[in-house]
Amino acid sequence: MNTNFPGAAGIRQFGHYAQLLYQALRSSTEISTYRKNLFQEFVKVGYESIPIIFLVGIFTGAVLTLQTAYQLDTDIYPSTIIGSIVAQSIVIELAAVISALVLAGKVGARISTELGTMRVSEQIDALESMGFNSVSFLVVPRILAGIFMFPILYITAAVFGIIGGVSAGALDGILPAAEFMEGARAFFFESDIIFGLIKSVVFGFVITSISCYKGYYAFGGAEGVGNATTQATVLSCIFVLLADFTLAAILL
Amino acid sequence: MIEIKNLKKSFGDLLVWEDVSFTIQDGETTAVIGRSGCGKSVLLKHLNALLYPDEGNVLIDGEDVFDLSYTGLRKVRQRFGILFQGGALFDSISTFENVAFPLRYFTEQGEEEIAHNVYEALSMVNLEDVGEKSTSELSGGMRKRVGLARAIILQPDYLLYDEPTSGLDPKTSDEINELIVTMADNLDITSVVITHDMHSVLEVSDRVAFLDEQKLSWFGNTDDMKHSDNQNLLEFIKASEYKIT
Ligand SMILES: Nc1ncnc2c1ncn2[C@@H]1O[C@H](COP(=O)(O)OP(=O)(O)OP(=O)(O)O)[C@@H](O)[C@H]1O
Ligand SMILES: [Mg+2]
Repeated sequence: MNTNFPGAAGIRQFGHYAQLLYQALRSSTEISTYRKNLFQEFVKVGYESIPIIFLVGIFTGAVLTLQTAYQLDTDIYPSTIIGSIVAQSIVIELAAVISALVLAGKVGARISTELGTMRVSEQIDALESMGFNSVSFLVVPRILAGIFMFPILYITAAVFGIIGGVSAGALDGILPAAEFMEGARAFFFESDIIFGLIKSVVFGFVITSISCYKGYYAFGGAEGVGNATTQATVLSCIFVLLADFTLAAILL
Repeated sequence: MIEIKNLKKSFGDLLVWEDVSFTIQDGETTAVIGRSGCGKSVLLKHLNALLYPDEGNVLIDGEDVFDLSYTGLRKVRQRFGILFQGGALFDSISTFENVAFPLRYFTEQGEEEIAHNVYEALSMVNLEDVGEKSTSELSGGMRKRVGLARAIILQPDYLLYDEPTSGLDPKTSDEINELIVTMADNLDITSVVITHDMHSVLEVSDRVAFLDEQKLSWFGNTDDMKHSDNQNLLEFIKASEYKIT
């Protein structure tokens, strides 16, 4: 079989990745194996990401408000429209995507380094040799943590984004808080939040599963772990952006 | 009894070895020797199906490990204790927890019983007082001994050692060799020892499997090794003897 056509390596990798996901899905029923780890991962993926997500939210909201005010001429439009634009952009797109890109670095790199180190130091072999299902023990809780925690982080980013927007608007004398919120409410749709939540679940899955895959199959010592982590972060970012586009095309 | 039959393994285009067949008798210690990169660790990982071959079988008491369902395989794997090349200790938990790990997941033992068993295993490897240390505080020799304590905690039938003495000073190596002999005698364990340390081979093993040129180049009693007509084996022995003296 000629396996050297362009893109062959990519296709092979995708097959390998899909196989790992299938194994993870099958072993997701072995709850007793990963229960303890699941809680730990919830804390690491969710709770420990809140500070950075807080910053991401505040600054995204603040910058967006200043920039929207600069771009719009409020002699023509009512100033409440700044609140509408900022809040809706945050809820639909920015809270999910910017958070995901930051978390690809934070959560993704941590996962691939952890699993990669375990792989090259034979800790994964040790687990398997004791009779553990290492996929269930290591991969399943990490992917589940991504799926369950990213929506919570998304909500956090959105809330702090709006707070950042309101504050920047008020402190910079662009528009009073009440007007910002009035504008925000006028264009608040539940469906936007649902769209954001769906995105964040997908991003959580994309980032944790890619990072698990790269880490779980790392090889070649410390350098190999480094490569795995770099690839995990870069691929996570690329696939977050692709998924974002695809979801927008399907759902909007 | 472990029967290795016509095993062949390659990674992509790289052939590691082919046509490897030999039998590991119960109660004996078999050494697997060969140059760095000849596929000793890879061979070890076939015995409990951590890796699958391209061709061939490994029969454990007549049962082919590569045909087993996951549950069957789990049972077989728990008959093995493995000391990995670098110890493979879990670095996210303490030394005590490393040794206790299999007990917590695979037995119903209470806290007291676990503590007792862990202490016993650690004292077998002459390390009573390292339990509370984090694994990163351990020296290379200590890591191997803790790895060994963890490997014997579920009282396996087979113990596999991947280069138990590499990277250790001669004195610590001797201690480890003694441990291997003690384990085999006292716990009635069948052992497979991977090594390129001829001194260790002569100390611990009953039989020797020599991997060379991508196949099993020689297999026989340790005592017959020196009289073999296998030139590569003789050279391999000579090179190591030269290093020892
Ligand atoms: N997972 C893997 N993927 C690809 N190649 C591998 C893999 N594991 C081992 N190899 C290759 O197989 C060959 C044998 O490796 P192995 O680790 O068994 O050597 P070894 O005899 O144990 O050497 P050493 O004495 O240095 O530990 C090497 O060339 C190695 O690069
Ligand atoms: Mg090796």
